[in-house]
Amino acid sequence: MTRVNVNVHHVTRIEGHGNLVLNAKGGKIEELRWEVPESPRFFEAMLVGRHYDDVHHIASRICGICSITHTTASIQATEAAFGIQPSEQTILLRKLLYDAELLESHVLHILFLAAPDFLGVDSVIPLAETHKDVVVMALRLKKLAYNLAETLAERKTHPLSCVVGGFAKLPDLNVLKALRKRLADAYADLDVTVGLFKTFKIPDFARETEYIALRDPKEYAFISGQIASSDAPTVSINDYLNVTNEFCVPHSTAKYTRNKRDAYMVGALARFNLNFKQLSPRAKKIAKELGISAPNHNPYMITVAQLVETYHVLDDSISLIDQILERGLKGEGNKVKPRAGRGIGVVEAPRGILFHDYVYDDRGIITKANCIIPTNQNHNNIQKDLEALVPEILDKSEDEIRLMMEMLVRAYDPCISCSTHSLNVTFT
Amino acid sequence: MEVLNLTGEEMLDLLGAVEIVNFREAITNRADNYDIAFVEGSITRESEIPRLQQIREQAKIVVALGSCACIGGVNCLKNHLTMNQALQMVYGDSAKYYDTILARPISAVIRVDYYVRNCPPITSEFLKVVKALLLGRKPEIPSYPVCTECKVAGNICVFELGKTCLGPVTRAGCKAICVTGGRHCWGCRGLVDEPNINSEEEILKKYGLTVEQVVEKFKIYNTYSEVMR
Repeated sequence: MTRVNVNVHHVTRIEGHGNLVLNAKGGKIEELRWEVPESPRFFEAMLVGRHYDDVHHIASRICGICSITHTTASIQATEAAFGIQPSEQTILLRKLLYDAELLESHVLHILFLAAPDFLGVDSVIPLAETHKDVVVMALRLKKLAYNLAETLAERKTHPLSCVVGGFAKLPDLNVLKALRKRLADAYADLDVTVGLFKTFKIPDFARETEYIALRDPKEYAFISGQIASSDAPTVSINDYLNVTNEFCVPHSTAKYTRNKRDAYMVGALARFNLNFKQLSPRAKKIAKELGISAPNHNPYMITVAQLVETYHVLDDSISLIDQILERGLKGEGNKVKPRAGRGIGVVEAPRGILFHDYVYDDRGIITKANCIIPTNQNHNNIQKDLEALVPEILDKSEDEIRLMMEMLVRAYDPCISCSTHSLNVTFT
Repeated sequence: MEVLNLTGEEMLDLLGAVEIVNFREAITNRADNYDIAFVEGSITRESEIPRLQQIREQAKIVVALGSCACIGGVNCLKNHLTMNQALQMVYGDSAKYYDTILARPISAVIRVDYYVRNCPPITSEFLKVVKALLLGRKPEIPSYPVCTECKVAGNICVFELGKTCLGPVTRAGCKAICVTGGRHCWGCRGLVDEPNINSEEEILKKYGLTVEQVVEKFKIYNTYSEVMR
């Protein structure tokens, strides 16, 4: 009887630690598990006792890749608790800073972490010789995103100038103007990436699930809106706990979630499926070129959805810069008056919907914190995808099965350090 | 991954000079023999100690990378709770499934040869250390306080603005980026070799601030430091 044993201890090219275990005998699966053994981080415990002015600084450290995301969710939670309504100027700058994060994170995943699988190499490093133009292009796009973030917040990783109530320092308009030109030039780089993706063979697999993302009637939502689901009516962000329903599983330090079905998906494909109509015309055109339409139920297409979103992000960031240049910027003096109460901040991280929920005392000190990270919400869906995928591919070689499993996990662009509160595949 | 924020030329130059043999976040294949190991993160579980000891045995040079590895960093904030409290707070009824120990820098567990400080580590400082190691030289890291660099950067003193700052006792090398960005120093590079705590207290008195205010700021990165203990 044929035995299939896949045991990937610490799946690579993802952020953090995750394991894949598959045992099958004679076409029958005995064991199939996605494990998350990353060390627990305890950020919720670390935030307790901290002053509001330090809270987003600490929360940013949940992730080195999406630190702007965590900072923004954190600031918004604190502002909600204190009853602060950010100014229009602040919202424009925050959205632009957010676009920098999405651009950088998506390029990193699309070209450095996912593309090597399609090009038959084990990392981006050999591509520096075989596809030097692609690597240089990816680094150029990343640099652009970094420079945009630096202009707005002094630094991309763990941004500094964005604070509760607004911005502690305003960007130089002339630098923004120069960045606008570089952003407009970046379409050519993305077009090359689209050309490359058209040559990739994306695995043919589908499993319909529940898709959850922020939705804002005004725009393709990244930092505002309510919680939309493919299976249920849109609900207020204040009811997020009724959507996430976290639970613990012994083989994982990350908590799992479920809503209307046994699992749900968050991230670029969930956003694409739920909010396709609000994408920019250029992004919609690219979607058509890449052969993806909403709804799409193939998790391997998450990376493609990210590429479509990257066009939207470029369009959006250019439009935001135009608005900022037109209205100019003025010092607003961020007066913050703490008050006791609870505040919830919700944003779409590059990897999906992210919740920060804080309770403050009247001195502005946190007494309770809860963070629900996108990758946590995807863990359960990854498991269910594997359970649907593996029976379809059991006749393939162990190496092929292993690669398909790893590629599935990588497609989710998991950020495990964030969620542990990881990735590794073991065929046994 | 912050190190991947190199320009095209910097990255391609680096790849020409070194062979990266194990980088799980970016590369699939791994190797067991290496000259230099860069270790990120602090130690928070018993099982991490033997893993780290093994890295020490296999590597000729161990470099701590980032505030968590160098000084314990924000992870040590949980040390102000008992580990049971921390587990209960985050995992509730399921706390029994998990284990955690007091967070600590890697130097608490193994001998560390060099430190690339900062949260996040600074790309140029990382490259400077890599180049020095490749040339067989000892990397030079400043031992004077952030204030020196802050003045050069032309910033208005944070104390003058009525806020607390850890610049007077924090090791320089960051060009006071946090103050330049409109904020204050949080001490993420750790303390200078001989921190003048009395002088920090004098500054606080002068500006009507309390020791408690500064201790709360100190905790964020330097809970593990001797000054705090």
